[in-house]
Order: sequence, then C-alpha cells, then structure tokens
Amino acid sequence: MATTTETLTLNMGPQHPSTHGVLRLVLELEGEVVRKCTPVMGYLHTGIEKEMESRTYHQNVTLVDRIEYLANYNEEMAFHQSVERLFGLEPPPRARYIRILMCEMNRIASHLMYLGAGAMDLNVSSVFLYCLQDREKFLDLSEMISGQRMMPGYFRVGGLAEDLPDGFVAASRAWLDEMARRIDEYDRLLTDNLIWRERLEGVALLSPEDAIALGGTGPVLRGSGIAHDIRKVLPYGGYEEFDFDVPVERGCDAFARYRVRMEEMRQARRIALQALDRLPDGPVIVNDRKVALPPRAELARSMEAVIHQFKLVSEGMHPPAGETYVATESPRGEKGYFVVSDGSNRPVRVHARAPSFYNLQTLPAMVEGRPLADVVVAVASIDIVLGDVDR
Amino acid sequence: MVDETSILDRLRPHVPWDRLAARVERGGAVVEAPADVLLAVLRAARNRLGLDTCADITAWDRLPREPRFEVVYMLGRAGTGDRLMVKALAAGEPPRLPSATAVYRGAGFPEREVYDMFGVVFDGHPDLRRILMPDDWEGHPLRRDFSLFEEPVEFIGHTPKVPSEIIPYFPPGSPSGSGGETPPR
Repeated sequence: MATTTETLTLNMGPQHPSTHGVLRLVLELEGEVVRKCTPVMGYLHTGIEKEMESRTYHQNVTLVDRIEYLANYNEEMAFHQSVERLFGLEPPPRARYIRILMCEMNRIASHLMYLGAGAMDLNVSSVFLYCLQDREKFLDLSEMISGQRMMPGYFRVGGLAEDLPDGFVAASRAWLDEMARRIDEYDRLLTDNLIWRERLEGVALLSPEDAIALGGTGPVLRGSGIAHDIRKVLPYGGYEEFDFDVPVERGCDAFARYRVRMEEMRQARRIALQALDRLPDGPVIVNDRKVALPPRAELARSMEAVIHQFKLVSEGMHPPAGETYVATESPRGEKGYFVVSDGSNRPVRVHARAPSFYNLQTLPAMVEGRPLADVVVAVASIDIVLGDVDR
Repeated sequence: MVDETSILDRLRPHVPWDRLAARVERGGAVVEAPADVLLAVLRAARNRLGLDTCADITAWDRLPREPRFEVVYMLGRAGTGDRLMVKALAAGEPPRLPSATAVYRGAGFPEREVYDMFGVVFDGHPDLRRILMPDDWEGHPLRRDFSLFEEPVEFIGHTPKVPSEIIPYFPPGSPSGSGGETPPR
C-alpha cells in the first residue's frame, strides 16, 4: 500500500469547549501530528479601544473591566497606574494596600479558574467543581466590596470608590486561611497524580529563547525558566513594600506552568495577608477636587463641592497632555495601558498591552511537530482569556 | 521608578544620534526615530543593549497633524527593568514603515494589529493580514476619522447619535461652563 503525504486541514474552534472562549486554530495535520498551527482571532473583538476614545476617563473603567474578565481588579490596577502617572498622582497608602489586597486575591481566583478549566480539558472534572467553589467565595468578597461579583468598577483615579465595608477584613482573612488548605489539597490531588503528570510533562514545550522572542510573559515566561515579574523588576503601586518570591520553573512545559501558578497562588496569599496585617488607616482617595468626587456629606454644606461633583460627573477630569505606558503584572503576564491625552476630558488613544495576545503568539511554537491531543493541553497551559486577546 | 537616562547614554554610540530625538518622559526613556533609521535603532537596542523583548507595538492617530500615524515600539529586557520606547512616524497613504519582524520575531502579531486598526503597511512583514477585524472589513477603525455610530433603535423619534454628542468634548483648558464643542477631526 502506498503511503500518502497529504495533509489534513482541521479547524479547531471557534466553537470548541477547550478553546476557553471563541478562538479558532487552523491546524494542518499529517496523521496525528500538527505541522502548522495558525491562530485566528477577533471573534470577541468589541472595539473597546475605539469606544474609550469617546468616553471620559471615569466612564472607561467600565470598559477596561471587560478586557481581562477573569482578573478585573488587576485590569483596573493597570489602567489606573497609567492615568495616575499622567496626572502625577499617588493614591493614599490605605488605597494602595487595598488595591494590592484585591489584585492578589483576584490573582488566586484567576489561577483557580486556570486550574479548574485546565483540569477539565483533561477530563478531571472534579477539580473544576472544587476550584469554582473556591472562586465563588472570592466573588462574594468582590460583591461585598463593590456590589459586583465581576466587573467591579471599584478603583478610581487617585484611589478607591469606597472604603472597605464592615467585616471585610475578617471575611477575606477567612477565605485566605481556607485557601492555604485548599491549595495544598489540589497540590496533593494533582502534582503526584500519574495521569496528570504524564499528560503535562514534556508537553507544550517552549524554549526560553522562543518565549522571550515571541513576547511571552507571566507564567508562560516563568515556566520557561526566566525570572521576570513586573512586580519585582519595575515595581508599581506599592509592591516594593511587600515580601514575596517569584516562582520559576525550568521545565519549559505545561507542567512547569502549572507548578508556577500553584506557587504563585501561595505567594499571592502571602502578599494579601501582609496587606491585611499592615493595612494603614486614612483616606482611600486623594483630596483633589479636580480628580476625585467630593465626599457625600460635603455636598449638603458646600456649594463648591456641588459644583465639583457636577463638573466631574458631566465633564470628567482633564489629565495633562502627554502620553504614558505603565507595565503591571496581571495573572497572565504583562498588562499595560498606553494612554495618550491631549489635555481634554477624553483620551486620544488608549491601548491595552494584552498578555494573552502575546502568549497566543507562542502557541504555534508549542504545538508544531506534536500530536493533536497536545493542542488542548497547550491552550489550557497559557491560560488564555479571549476578551484580552480580542479586546 | 527606574532611572532611564542611562539606557539612552548606552544607546548613543550605536545609532545616528543627531537624527534622533531622545527624552525622558514621566520616568520612561523615549527615542523618536525617522523611518529610515528605525531598523538601525531597533537593531542597536537588541544587539547592543540586550533589549531582547518587543513588549508591545501600537500606534496612534495624530490627526490633523501630518504625518498622521505614530507607531510606538516598547522594548524590554527579560529579567530586568530595562525599558525603551521607540517611536516612528509613518507617512504617505497608505502610511508605510519597515517591518520590525526581521529584528524582533514577536513583532508579527502586533504589526498585524496596527495594520488592521490604522492601515499602516509594514514592508517586509511575512504575513500582513487583518487580525482582529473580519477579512472583508473596509477601513481601519482606530483612525480618528472613522466615526462611531450608535446602533439604530426602533423607537419613534429616535435618531442615532455619535458618542461625541452623548458625552460632550471639553478641549484642554476649557473655562468652566463651556464645552460641548466638536472634537478635532
């Protein structure tokens, strides 16, 4: 029988349970082996960057929440870092600590989603249920603090919308205590599980050179042995005041990325506990009436406060003309906003540097020359958020 | 904030410095390069300064100024806080710039995005296609003259508005009470 060398072109997605959204991969297969992988995206493109040009900075917080929708607090952190650098503003210490607390708890919740969804892709569905159960408790905390389970809109330029509600510190401490046990439990359940290791070890290999050259960041880069964490190399928002380690694994495979994220959950817990222990007192937003809304109580007594409130709500704030880019570390990697202001109440240009967009660029290097079944592992291991890819 | 003057000093001997405009803006090192020396600057940044990552490429529309499009390259070095922002103006219609893919492999996706959104053509890019918009889309949506419209709704007497009518534009330094002007087109 003559052998054929014909290749088969297979569309994986856009509707596929393991693409974590609407991602289409055009795979050229030679038997079971992937010869070429072409990601096709844009199915979730909502024109957020265009929309932001016709809205005030305050209104845009609503939109940035929807980009990386599993890490809303980290997303708001990134946007506000850039806008605050335009103003040259620094939020008060209490606001900085609460921001870091929320970002790190959100990092745990986001990695839980990675773990659950990634495990479910490999048919370990019980882990998915456990992880979502834990994440649910973070969503309750988010609801407590902002009224919203997702898309909280809690950060403001110069600080926060409101101070912590009563009982929040105790509730978040209780969740973090519980998470310590739960993370160890997942570790015991998976790390030495033969099936889990065989499915992940040596799969979706990404060399450090490819990871750097293709713009991979976050756990994708750290799983390839590069110790690069924006919180350490370019500290922002007060991270320099916290003790934490940057987990690095040299395996370059899906298992290394899994190990990095497991350890990152523990480190995020460590940072969050430090923030709770050392939470300073004081205001949660700057006392600048051209940027921050006046306190509610002042409106009843002061005409100026009413005018400022009216101007800020109807017109918004005017950052000085100029442009800025501040990198931050989201659960998926480097997230930064490039913001151009002409001094008016609306940005001229807002661009989100999306970690998932660049991590997706590393995907072909991970799967080409490997079996088709490994594509599912590779997509799960980069923890893709399509809202972040497509914006 | 890291001191970024040193990175400019390290770059100086390796590039045609008198053709560049370098400054430190809000704590970040910025180099403006004319289109014809852009690749030389990127190569020097990569090979001489060790800036091995192209963290991001984006652009913005400077309408009504000419040339309209400023493409921004954000370079970095993995494992360190070294950062350099390189900027180049793309002139002509369609605006053109040499592709950075020969220097930074990771420029593939972001240059496609800039082409998709602004119509900037990167000469030498191996696969310059739209990336986020549909393949048959006409126009480049992030250009400032590509207007947004509200979706028509079937209410009697409802006329679709452009968002600039919903949120008034207040130019820089507008005195209190003014505003609602048409933004520059």
